Amino acid sequence: MRYEAPSSSKEAAKLLASAKGKAVVLAGGTDLLVRMKSGAVEPDLIVDIKRIGATQEIKKSGNGFKIGAGVSGARLGKHRALKKAWPGVVEATNLIGSDQIQGRCTMAGNLCNASPAADSVPAMVAANAKANVVGPGGRRTVAVEKIPTGPGKTSLKKGEIIESITLPAKAPRSGDAYLRFIPRTEMDIAVVSAGVNLTLDSKGVVKKARVALGAVAPTVLLVEDAAKAIVGTKLDDDALAALAAACEAACRPIDDMRGTIEFRTEVAGVLARRAALTAYERAGGKK
Amino acid sequence: MNGVQVSTTVNGDVEEFVCHPGETLLEVLRNRLGLTGAKEGCGTGDCGACSVIVDGQLVCSCLVLGAEVEGRKVATVEGLADGNRLHPLQDKFLEHAALQCGICTPGFLVAAKALLDDNPDPTEEEIRYALAGNLCRCTGYDKIVRAVDAAAAELRKSSKKKASGRKK
Repeated sequence: MRYEAPSSSKEAAKLLASAKGKAVVLAGGTDLLVRMKSGAVEPDLIVDIKRIGATQEIKKSGNGFKIGAGVSGARLGKHRALKKAWPGVVEATNLIGSDQIQGRCTMAGNLCNASPAADSVPAMVAANAKANVVGPGGRRTVAVEKIPTGPGKTSLKKGEIIESITLPAKAPRSGDAYLRFIPRTEMDIAVVSAGVNLTLDSKGVVKKARVALGAVAPTVLLVEDAAKAIVGTKLDDDALAALAAACEAACRPIDDMRGTIEFRTEVAGVLARRAALTAYERAGGKK
Repeated sequence: MNGVQVSTTVNGDVEEFVCHPGETLLEVLRNRLGLTGAKEGCGTGDCGACSVIVDGQLVCSCLVLGAEVEGRKVATVEGLADGNRLHPLQDKFLEHAALQCGICTPGFLVAAKALLDDNPDPTEEEIRYALAGNLCRCTGYDKIVRAVDAAAAELRKSSKKKASGRKK
């Protein structure tokens, strides 16, 4: 086993691309180290990306926020401008684990771990976030929802890393929210979750919407029908019912000890409705 | 093995060690540096018994590689007391009988220290949320929460004294 902590993404990509045997990327390590401990992964090479400058920055520009792949949940939670622009994304990321886990866990890591129940992912998908990928072939930008392809699997090619995540500049009269269901108040994995991002016109009518669901399919889902159900409305009861119905129709969940198919399907609609109302309020809409 | 040579600061002292690439900071602290305050409860980041502070940030040392702390500042429970004088948190844990078997205590002390460094006047709810990553299987949490609350009050009193002393 070898440990490397390169200082540039290019170097990291080169190390990963030329690695013989199993090579893994270490960001916060809150998933990777657990998998190493259980023997689920036995890497020959660990590439720690936290010494790469770009992975440690939160950069605000006209294009939004660029959040480095090594930025912890705790740091996100202390960033006022980011919290103000994207409260749903920050709250979702801050729901991951305890304070100890927050000290290490990252949005990019949460995305690459590719769990369908990852808390930050539905919020990022709703926010229309992009992953900035660096690989042996250069750079590319990928919609966040295209990264996970199934539980524990991503579309990243050998040698590719996510260097940062871009959240777009916040549009006027827009707001986002994320909600999850767990059977207690803290320290649990989402049984179902929903992220909603809305932009309103000057009269409070929904102009644009993105709705994402977690833990109801092998990957986080972007539910376009749910967005269509509320565009052009002021989230009246009929629109909310149509939103919930579209979410339920998109669910393909599993039955397990944490929730049945029926439960997950129904709660997906309930959470999407509630998250939409919070997003609407945050966008300045009045009910 | 491809040993990794690491130079770091632990409780203010420079420490150098060579570790296995997959070795955790917890293993390094306990087995190479003789600092056995941090405990391994679960080894998967669920119990908080191995809590330490790295560059001001509370973390589970079982979820950090030893190799990662090159050039960082690590603070463990061993650095809490000032020589023979216990930290107010340690005093209040004793006073409030906030421990029985004691395995979880170092983790609670370090997590509570991280909380009070950030928020000197937490509400009970804030204390409970901040300690949600630390599990105790014997005392229960009430006495621990009361001890942290009392220590916070004590620390606020002494920092006020210091501040007014400076004014004179």
